[in-house]
Amino acid sequence: MRRKLPTIAIAILLSYSGFSQEEGETRGQFSGNFQLDGQTYVKDSLSGAEEAPEDVLINAYGNLRYNYGKLTAGIRFEAYLNTLQGISKNYDGTGIPYKFFNYKNNELEFTVGNFYEQFGSGMALRSYEDKTLGIDNAFEGVLVKHNPYNGLYFKGLVGKQRLFFSQGPGIVRGVDGEFQLNEAFKLDSMETQITLGGSFVSKYQPDNNPLLKLPENVALFASRLNIQNGGFTLTSEYAYKVNDPSADNQNNYQPGQAIMTDMSYTVGSFGLVVGGKWLNNMSFRSDRNARQNDLLINYLPAISRNHTYSMAAMYPYATTLNGEAGVKGEIFYRFKRNTLLGGKYGTLVTLSYSRVNSIDTTNLPMFDSLRPHWNRYETKFLSVGKERYYEDLCLEVQKRLTSKLSSIFTAQYTAYNKQVLEGKDGMIEAFIFVGDLSYRIRPKHTLRAEIQFLETKQENGSWLAGTLEYTISPNWFIALIDQYNYGNPEGDKQLHYYMVRTGYTRGSNRIQIGYGRQSMGVICVGGVCRVVPASTGVNFSISSTF
Amino acid sequence: MKKQILSSILMIAMATSLSAQKIPSVDLKTINGKIYNSSSITNKGKPIVISFWATWCKPCIKELSAFHDNYIDWQEETGVKIVAISTDDTRSMSRVAPFVNAKGWEFEVYCDPNGDFKRAMNVANVPHTFLIDGAGNIVWQHSGYVEGDEEVLYKKILELKK
Repeated sequence: MRRKLPTIAIAILLSYSGFSQEEGETRGQFSGNFQLDGQTYVKDSLSGAEEAPEDVLINAYGNLRYNYGKLTAGIRFEAYLNTLQGISKNYDGTGIPYKFFNYKNNELEFTVGNFYEQFGSGMALRSYEDKTLGIDNAFEGVLVKHNPYNGLYFKGLVGKQRLFFSQGPGIVRGVDGEFQLNEAFKLDSMETQITLGGSFVSKYQPDNNPLLKLPENVALFASRLNIQNGGFTLTSEYAYKVNDPSADNQNNYQPGQAIMTDMSYTVGSFGLVVGGKWLNNMSFRSDRNARQNDLLINYLPAISRNHTYSMAAMYPYATTLNGEAGVKGEIFYRFKRNTLLGGKYGTLVTLSYSRVNSIDTTNLPMFDSLRPHWNRYETKFLSVGKERYYEDLCLEVQKRLTSKLSSIFTAQYTAYNKQVLEGKDGMIEAFIFVGDLSYRIRPKHTLRAEIQFLETKQENGSWLAGTLEYTISPNWFIALIDQYNYGNPEGDKQLHYYMVRTGYTRGSNRIQIGYGRQSMGVICVGGVCRVVPASTGVNFSISSTF
Repeated sequence: MKKQILSSILMIAMATSLSAQKIPSVDLKTINGKIYNSSSITNKGKPIVISFWATWCKPCIKELSAFHDNYIDWQEETGVKIVAISTDDTRSMSRVAPFVNAKGWEFEVYCDPNGDFKRAMNVANVPHTFLIDGAGNIVWQHSGYVEGDEEVLYKKILELKK
């Protein structure tokens, strides 16, 4: 039955496209995109890079969308032949894991097939895709959205989640409501804007455990608030999950709780963000045995900043789903033109800080047959534990020096508790400095030089990294990158990780090819990470949007 | 099965008289957290530039800064409106408004925290910029940004005036 879906969608499309010629007004539109990433792998005993028995590995996908008035349909073909190192081998193969059709008018919208959706901040439910991380937890099922009155929005969904080329065992049901008070009561002119929201999500998975009595239906409730007045915005969401023993929490029967609050204020060229987050036992998956990034129903982003420079991002943090307490703060300020610190072009200064600790817990007695429904520990809401998981402080200055020369300077301190988070290497403390200069030689020719320095006494020791990049608008770029791990405590691992990369862009078509040695590292997007193994070889990619 | 799909697609392609792609209708969020439909993005018959970016994306910020430096002149000459779509998700969404303000950008800014609009516009990576003509048709697009690309975009905007 599942396999018939695309044929049905296409049959509907066909019948609609017939109309287009008669009506002449609304016409069908095709659009889509394509991306291919490949790499060859050779053995490199120095960096620990492995060869691939296939010699070359390729990941590729293509999306095709068709829109006709209120109707949209789409499919995505994916090929992993075989999948790139670092992305789960479970992807190996080809298929059409994404296919849907959607109807939308002013009041009602429904989608059948595969879809992505987010309730509120995602704390209750978020399905999304990130190809660089190999994440895709799309639902296959039905999604309905309804907007009966101004300011009142409802969503409901039921589905199973994607697990590589198959689906997880659990069924997910969810409803979400959002109420924009000012729109509903025609108070748009009022200075204070208030939005309230609430979600209910429930998952069902049969209990096959011979020893424990596991809950087959697990519910999660969330409520949220957004208040805005002038440059001030407050966003907060609280979620409560009933008992959900799983592989993540070692069959802990304790309920889970989370709260996340962000406040921002901005006036003139000044901006401020402060936020706090506390959670306990909040992993929520549509298979209680799933691990890593598989089958997550909700999304709990890291509170730390997403750093872009490779050295600054050497020790990224991902949320500890079993419990953490965190705070963050960030100040933006632009010194205006023609002031002492602003100079001729103005200067943007950003100072950010984040810190994550454990939560305060008291262990309860170990499992015994008299207490099958076991709470592993006790904790108080908003309690903060003594263990530091992560901390960073980052100062960034962006300044144009002359009409041709612009610069970014960054100084950063990062502490990453690898001992607790990954079980080895102790607490890592690193200082990072980055200088990034762009010089426009001619209107379309730019030379960019980037120098990065990471100082640490732990793990792999200190690094010095440099990038030279030459770009010719609008078509060409070439870049030389070298990352030198000169401080590695093991002498033969004091390696140069070099890379040469060139690419050609025309409109939305891009072709890129590179060669070099890549160190083992972690790629993170939105606080979700994946480990990239060391590799040596040629890498190439082609992408296009149409 | 796959052959069937392919042949069906070909049949549709032949049966449909294709037109240029328009801005799809997707719910975005304003930087104040209100729901805003992408089909409401208009500019009274003048061109629109839609640029996908994120606060953690350096080339995106370079691109929008270059647009910002030229925006007054471009508006005077062509009446163009620039709309910046932030793809920051919940993790960094609260940074968008203060960051945009500190930068002094005067673009319309909307948030696409779960990538719904990005998907509907078939954007794979940021930055990605679209040019929409006065009739709402997507007439040009470009992925990535290197310094000087803003001139190419401006030429395309000027071509629409003719």
